[in-house]
Amino acid sequence: MHLPEGRRAGPSRMNILHYWRAMWGIIGRELWRFVTQRERFISALVRPLVWLFVFAAGFRATLGLAITPPYETYILYEVYITPGLCGMIQLFNGMQSSLSMVYDREMGSMRILMVCPLPRWFLLLSKLLAGTAVSILQVYVFLAIAWFYDIKAPWQGYLWVLPALMLAGLMLGALGLLLSSFIKQLENFAGVMNFVIFPMFFMSTALYPLWKLKESSALLYNLAKYDPFSQAIELIRFALYGQFNQPAFIYTLAAFIVFMTAAIIGYNPSKGMMSKKGGG
Amino acid sequence: MKPSIALSVEDLSFSYGGKKALDRVSFKIQSGDCTLLLGPNGAGKSTLFSLITRLYDTRDGRIELCGFDIKRQTRKALAKLGVVFQQTTLDMDLTVMQNLRYHTALHGMGRKLAAQRIQQELERLNMYERRFEKIRQLNGGHRRRVEIARALLHKPSVLLLDEPTVGLDVPSRLAIVEYVHQLAIDEKLAVLWASHLIDEIYPDDHLIVLHKGRIKASGTVDEVLKISNTVMIKDAFYTLTQGDQA
Repeated sequence: MHLPEGRRAGPSRMNILHYWRAMWGIIGRELWRFVTQRERFISALVRPLVWLFVFAAGFRATLGLAITPPYETYILYEVYITPGLCGMIQLFNGMQSSLSMVYDREMGSMRILMVCPLPRWFLLLSKLLAGTAVSILQVYVFLAIAWFYDIKAPWQGYLWVLPALMLAGLMLGALGLLLSSFIKQLENFAGVMNFVIFPMFFMSTALYPLWKLKESSALLYNLAKYDPFSQAIELIRFALYGQFNQPAFIYTLAAFIVFMTAAIIGYNPSKGMMSKKGGG
Repeated sequence: MKPSIALSVEDLSFSYGGKKALDRVSFKIQSGDCTLLLGPNGAGKSTLFSLITRLYDTRDGRIELCGFDIKRQTRKALAKLGVVFQQTTLDMDLTVMQNLRYHTALHGMGRKLAAQRIQQELERLNMYERRFEKIRQLNGGHRRRVEIARALLHKPSVLLLDEPTVGLDVPSRLAIVEYVHQLAIDEKLAVLWASHLIDEIYPDDHLIVLHKGRIKASGTVDEVLKISNTVMIKDAFYTLTQGDQA
């Protein structure tokens, strides 16, 4: 080991370029990890594909679907469930990101991110964007496979759905971030699965339309109606058919702002949970 | 030229709920000084590091890095800081190069500058040849070298090391101890090194002995020996921590 000449002044001027490089550093790292972790890539696709090929095929005969917007004709159950499964990919991805945040915090690598000279809200937002980028990649691969299974949206729909996926991914990722600020240990993550992911998924319009739920239970109908995941799915569903669902957009956007603000507070050392649990 | 104060801690206290982890801790470290923070487990070393790195909020007291208040001028203060945490904080599935590039991106460095700095830091730690190896393939000593290289990439003025030699074999440990001491002298870097290993102390080092959240003694090795009325640093540590295990 040998030492060179003296050191110069530090390089970091807090400018836009710094933010830009840091954000792409975080996104690039996340994408690289996702692409190189082949098992993660495959398992992220297997789940929705099993639902599409097995669950939807089985339920096709028992579930009659009336014509409801954005559909203009009778559709197969597989067609109905596809936007829900896109949402499912993003929901699980958001929770996976949350899990990796808890893991990173336990393992210590989260500390490196938190001690870099950028505002914490920006670092969290970059993490969120990285997770959303990964989830969008997964959704498009899923939609491509569904296309070969003859589940086809209008070609413009594949473009319109991009901003919808972006917002839905951000909202679900922000929820994951928020949860990760409360989870003390990795072992507690099973609780999140049981108390957040499953209720959120099953009490939504991912698998059955609202009017079907109303027939069964008014309470369930109301829970599903105000479930942010339902709104995100409806946003995706309409966008996939080239339509803009304004109420779903506003609701999803509002949910994103609420979750993100709470997550930022949760990760703020002076206000949040970080100092209370001794995490990094 | 008069050395400047790189790290200043004043009247710092911190509690976990009702349990006091740090009680009115104050010290200063000058540029070029290597200061060892000694204390048994639970002395408050990691809490102190978490406060200096702003992982925890400073409620009572004040911390300044090169004159920047960590609470009010967080980003400017953190830009002056390089940290090696006790646990490995490298991404095991990425290569040495990818891990370091990630760090340079977080510090806003462009590709060219980042490549130069990475080469410089890895070469001086004899790790440049291994830059394309995944962290998982490296042994503990080499991982630590990568972490030290990473902490220095953005040319910090203060280097914090939280027990960086724990779990390493003797040659690796001695190499890192020597390297960091040399770094402090040659580059006027202020080093705060948390440890409970007495043999990591050099005669010119400054010492801070922390016990149950309070500073029991601080100063040069000779001054600490005088305060504790002992002749061996091992005995001084034992006396000051009232018989607790090192």
